[in-house]
Amino acid sequence: MVFVGSDDQLTVPTAVKIVIAGGFGTGKTTMVASVSEIPPLQTEELLTEAGVHVDDLAGIEGKDTTTVALDFGRITINTKVVLYLFGTPGQNRFWFMWDELATGAIGAVVLVDTRRLDSSFPSIDFFEHRGIPFVVAVNCFDGSQLYTVDEVRHALDLDDAIPVVLCDARDRESSKTVLVGLIQHSMNRLAAV
Amino acid sequence: MTAREDWWYDEAAGPLVRPYAMVRGRTRPNAPDLHLVTQVRASSFASDQTSLTVEHREIMALCARPLSVAEVAAYLDVPLVVVKVLLSDLIERGDVLVQNSSPQIPDRDLLQAVLDGVRGI
Repeated sequence: MVFVGSDDQLTVPTAVKIVIAGGFGTGKTTMVASVSEIPPLQTEELLTEAGVHVDDLAGIEGKDTTTVALDFGRITINTKVVLYLFGTPGQNRFWFMWDELATGAIGAVVLVDTRRLDSSFPSIDFFEHRGIPFVVAVNCFDGSQLYTVDEVRHALDLDDAIPVVLCDARDRESSKTVLVGLIQHSMNRLAAV
Repeated sequence: MTAREDWWYDEAAGPLVRPYAMVRGRTRPNAPDLHLVTQVRASSFASDQTSLTVEHREIMALCARPLSVAEVAAYLDVPLVVVKVLLSDLIERGDVLVQNSSPQIPDRDLLQAVLDGVRGI
């Protein structure tokens, strides 16, 4: 296995990632698309029907396999750093995929639709239990801001330290503001350790 | 010439070349540390490509600039597990260079660079 030597170090960037999570239909891919420099890409992971990760192709022709699609986008920060934004798969049975996505991530944006608050509970639980920094972004579809930030915080039983912001995932500036908030939150968490 | 209605395969039949055929029955990637965002790049000293398969050559062409494993899989339109096997072949040959690091929590300097970068887009 050939690793990049010192001569080549400058030309292979460091990759970082942010996870965009939330329940089905909360606007995850919309947010990825609004800030990504490329149209969102999709990659597929093979799974057995039991929801087990296929990391070995031996014998899969005899198994019932399904695929889980991951949508992601890219922001080139500079020549040395590239940021990837990964939307989580909607189905909750693909939790193992979340683990790979979350490992080493800067943090996560949990998108919330106030009409279906409960659909975002599993995402919040996931990041809380793993100690991964996250912010909650209330996606205001068509100006559908039904609740205030405080009401959402209360309804989701969120710790005061977790930022809650209103956003429009379709809007590039709005999505940028959410990402900036998450990165600052991660930096604050790092400083507090 | 076969009439179109005689074709037994179509979109619903899935790809004609199954994933395990594309990697010639090989199973696990030899390179263990290929994650979604691991950066790979074609070496400027790549060896003779005549013995490579079409998929390997496509990867070499894609990786003329650094890309993540996930991007290579997306552009090649094959599952991640397949692209990892193909990439590990090229890494073993020394034709593809790989970033030597597992995903780890970014430090403060890296976070600051990302913050400045996102503000600037």
